Amino acid sequence: MNMNQEIKELKENELISNVSRLFKEGYRLVQISCSKSDKLQLDYSFDKEYFLLNLRLFLSLENPEVQSITDIYWSAFTYENELHDLFGIHVREINVDFKGNFYRIQEDAPFLNSDSIQHGGKE
Amino acid sequence: MASRTIIPFGPQHPVLPEPIHLDLVIEDEKVIEAVPSFGFVHRGLELLVGKKDFHQMVYIAERICGICSMIHGMGICYGIEHIMKIDVPERAKYLRVIWSEMSRIHSHLLWLGLAADAAGYESLFMHCWRIREKLLEIIEATTGGRVIFGVCKVGGTRRDIANSDIHGILITLKDIEKDYQNISKVFRDDYTINHRFSNVGFLSKKDAFELGAVGPTLRASGVSVDMRKTGYSAYRHLEFEALTENSEDCYGRCMVRVREIFQSFNLIYQAAEKLPNGPVDIKVTGNPEGEYFTRLEQPRGEVVYYIKGNGTQNLERFRARTPTFANIGPLVRMLSGCDLADVPVIVLSIDPCISCAER
Amino acid sequence: MSFLKKSPWIIHYDGSSCNGCDIEVLACLTPMYDVERFGIINIGNPKHADVLIITGAVNSQNASVIKTIYHQMGDPKVVLAVGICAASGNFFRDCYNIKGGVDTVIPVDIYVPGCAARPEAIIDGVVAVLKLLEEKTKK
Repeated sequence: MNMNQEIKELKENELISNVSRLFKEGYRLVQISCSKSDKLQLDYSFDKEYFLLNLRLFLSLENPEVQSITDIYWSAFTYENELHDLFGIHVREINVDFKGNFYRIQEDAPFLNSDSIQHGGKE
Repeated sequence: MASRTIIPFGPQHPVLPEPIHLDLVIEDEKVIEAVPSFGFVHRGLELLVGKKDFHQMVYIAERICGICSMIHGMGICYGIEHIMKIDVPERAKYLRVIWSEMSRIHSHLLWLGLAADAAGYESLFMHCWRIREKLLEIIEATTGGRVIFGVCKVGGTRRDIANSDIHGILITLKDIEKDYQNISKVFRDDYTINHRFSNVGFLSKKDAFELGAVGPTLRASGVSVDMRKTGYSAYRHLEFEALTENSEDCYGRCMVRVREIFQSFNLIYQAAEKLPNGPVDIKVTGNPEGEYFTRLEQPRGEVVYYIKGNGTQNLERFRARTPTFANIGPLVRMLSGCDLADVPVIVLSIDPCISCAER
Repeated sequence: MSFLKKSPWIIHYDGSSCNGCDIEVLACLTPMYDVERFGIINIGNPKHADVLIITGAVNSQNASVIKTIYHQMGDPKVVLAVGICAASGNFFRDCYNIKGGVDTVIPVDIYVPGCAARPEAIIDGVVAVLKLLEEKTKK
């Protein structure tokens, strides 16, 4: 059943060339997600004929930075602003930069800052 | 040259059932740019994985949104089952299909009602919701809930539909379908609806694909993508086609939904006919370890869950990319250049579900 | 003030609700339940409203919006918290962005239980409001 998806690990500088190749091959941008462990794991998911290809990057927790793909996939700005607002990742050269106002929340980067998870609940 | 004005649209607006905020930059009566922003419904429930175990996360996933809750629950169950290599009993798979198609019908009827209301057609709105109530009665009788079903669990379903009840359910469903047939004619042929929706919110085939639109928004632009075709659950045993329209506007999106309701009725009939006997759940032991991207078709389009388990009770990461979130980009493109008066219709045409999008 | 007793006008605000209670509030207006036959009308203007119905929990963004709507309403007024999220925050109270139930920002008169609250329960809540409005009017 795992036939219909694949995960490909990349270095950060290979991202743009890979994404533009996928764009030319007619892949559709499905999503960009981020998961936090001891590193930040970025997944760029693309779909072509029900096959899901994931490009995976790892970023360090300190000052994470990544190049924007909005030059290639225009609508990626929603995902990239989400990365910025929830995970505190600085996305370079984004086409519509909300500068932290896409999600109107009080805390900065709540998903990165695990302390906020502990204090967030009200007993 | 006319000066530019910024009009804030929302979070409270008479046409919006939910708080979304858009800043509309307008020049005379034309919208030049629309800038969306989130946060009024943002809860941050993805972070609850640290506090709740994976069985409890199913409940939480169902409460991402009250309209598409069945498929949210099913999505997380499906992902965890895949990671844990649990083979769900066949009967449970068919039951899940039946309930997800019911939820699709009720969601689309809800949307059609709101669309009719946006077109200034209050009686049609009431008719759609009247039919929807009949369906909710079946849903309540079989699942116990009206809008939040709570029937999916890891390893199967929580409830069964007795074989003796199926016949009665099908008779009622056929009645509902007949009732709906009359309503659908209005959407198809009525001058007012046509006039209000046609050539509004144009999204070309190329744009729809490149901007990553999903669901009826994508299919109305002539791209045939429907995640049910990947054959999850029991869909691989059922016959259906992804429905597309070529008009690329709000009317097309409306028509896709109008036709999908008939398709969903048909899928329920097929599933009920093939429904195998047997248990509906199996016992689940152990904890998930591994990762998986689940993709299912919500009433609003493709939904993606990323589930990562580390061998403990708590998942390490649960991420949901909901259809409305994917449609925000295309929506911004549709809004630029439209008339101010058309904004409500265009926003409505992607069937926005803000609590899904913000989670 | 018998018109108040007979037909309260309501304003509905969606907090950070999951839509479940929202559509049930809306369902109250449609043919199956049809609260309009009692003279209950859902309106968008807080100055016209007697009853504020809130669904969903309070988060950092909508707290001020809820307060504004509440203060814009004329006396006597009643607040109805619909659903478990509005009452206590449900499990969302563990989320970082959620402050808790509606009573953390404004006084709530009546709580309607349920997840999602059923239309019957909501109508029951509105009927309880009628009595309360009458009492408040006498003061």
